[in-house]
Amino acid sequence: MNTLRAIGAEALKLTSTRLWWVLALVMFIYVGFTSGLIGLLFGGLGEALGETGQTPAIPDEMLPPIVYSIATSIGYVFPVILGALATTSEVRHQTLTPTFLATPKRGAVLAGKIVALGGFGALFGVIALIASIGLGAAMLAIGGFDLGLADSDNWALAGRAVIAMALWAIIGVGLGALIPSQVAAIVVVVAFTQFVEPILRTAASVWEWAGEVGRFLPGAASDALVGASFYGAIGMGTATPLEWWQGGLVLLGIALLTTVVGYFTTWRRDVT
Amino acid sequence: MATSTTIEFRGLTKSFGSVHAVSDLSFTVEPGQVTGFLGPNGAGKTTTLRMLLGLVRPTSGTATFGGVAYRDLASPFETVGTALEASSFHPGRSARGHLAVYAAAAGIRKSRIDEALRLVGLETFADRRVGGYSLGMRQRLGLAFALLGDPRVLVLDEPVNGLDPEGIRWIRTFMREMASQGRTVLVSSHLLSEVQQSVDRLVIISRGRLMYEGTLAGLDTGSRVVVDAPDRDALEAALVQAGADVHVAGGALTVAGLSSAEVGAIAHRADVPLSQLAAENNRLEAAFLEIVGDTGLGGEAERA
Repeated sequence: MNTLRAIGAEALKLTSTRLWWVLALVMFIYVGFTSGLIGLLFGGLGEALGETGQTPAIPDEMLPPIVYSIATSIGYVFPVILGALATTSEVRHQTLTPTFLATPKRGAVLAGKIVALGGFGALFGVIALIASIGLGAAMLAIGGFDLGLADSDNWALAGRAVIAMALWAIIGVGLGALIPSQVAAIVVVVAFTQFVEPILRTAASVWEWAGEVGRFLPGAASDALVGASFYGAIGMGTATPLEWWQGGLVLLGIALLTTVVGYFTTWRRDVT
Repeated sequence: MATSTTIEFRGLTKSFGSVHAVSDLSFTVEPGQVTGFLGPNGAGKTTTLRMLLGLVRPTSGTATFGGVAYRDLASPFETVGTALEASSFHPGRSARGHLAVYAAAAGIRKSRIDEALRLVGLETFADRRVGGYSLGMRQRLGLAFALLGDPRVLVLDEPVNGLDPEGIRWIRTFMREMASQGRTVLVSSHLLSEVQQSVDRLVIISRGRLMYEGTLAGLDTGSRVVVDAPDRDALEAALVQAGADVHVAGGALTVAGLSSAEVGAIAHRADVPLSQLAAENNRLEAAFLEIVGDTGLGGEAERA
């Protein structure tokens, strides 16, 4: 009962401020622009290379999933930020006080956040896919490619992308619980996703042993779950990626770990 | 259920490292009365209230509602309404949105949101974002939050802070009304003069220890006048010119050696409209100061 109410309250917290749709809008533009660009470049580039008699960098049938999965391979940072802000803004605006007054069982509050943000993460997934499939397919169509929209594999990919985005939002909640300082949490999210992990994944593509470890990096696991990746396509990561369900379990594990550690370290602290 | 409206503190203690914020505090707050919870800033009032509400974990001891801890209450908002000093809002959320979130979390029906907003006079600003609210409006929103569940117990931490004289009068009437309906009202303040017109009983703490628990009349009597005006400096100048002994005590001026009629006459002659004029127990204030020690009223300063 407590948790059910907390889920409703957490969803209301999100819809009663502007943050969620501003983030969703920025994500839509970013993902749509990137998908369109990649669709145009790779499609056109593949064709051009084909004309010169060289092997295209990417087989034609591989192109649609790579372009469509930009929804997650580039867009995943947005649900993480949404989740992290949902937790850290409670600390920043001292709203943990009314929150814990209304729901004194703090575990129920965190559970409510996980479910509500999981839902919003999934919604972000749908929005990002509309952008990546919409603009990506339009650009591929210009290049005269088969869009693969009749291919059930591509729709299964979209479904797994939605799951990945939901898990990323929950990871954000866990990170926020772990790092209650809003600025610190956002710096960590942006630095890790935009800088540290890309470097690590590049490094992982150099040595075989590093590749074995690199498969378990959150971004690599996410790409494995979705089943296609721009990073994989441009040769980042030579090791065989994880199975899609293994990737999902790695993401779920990270989400659970950050949330549980956050709960025991900072969530139960005195609210003064 | 009658017992759950009695607040009981039993040996409540909180230490932050080697600092004892609250030490072995025991007292009872009864329904049907307004109980003032007094002490200078830093005496441990807020920490005590936060322990009562399950926000801060006591080092030892208990604070309960008739033996039931806050976190174990079946319906916390219908039992206890709370307005804490650092009552806090997301600046991007409207007052209505703020109340809707916590009503949903506590299982309070939606129609109470508008009722609570009306009770505190915020209904016309309900859809404005809280970031643009004045301190007084925030205090009112804090009270609306406290009233959401139509609670039988009210815990108010420094509710007078930031209110204009009209708001102060409103909240005094409000607290009296709540108590007359048989509810329990616990109100904290660092100024005796702020609450003495509205409280039946007093609990005074200093440095985390209980110093006094009893009726207002239990502190001694004597006369003094509390007076305030929107233009306080003009009022003070007029009184000093008339040879009065004037002190500034936080929210108002206190005048010794004159009756309230004389103070009123001086203000009238100087053409300064008053916002507050009341005879105060001089020895009450003195007793309070003595109880809380020299470091007492941090804001007290002699300016004459």
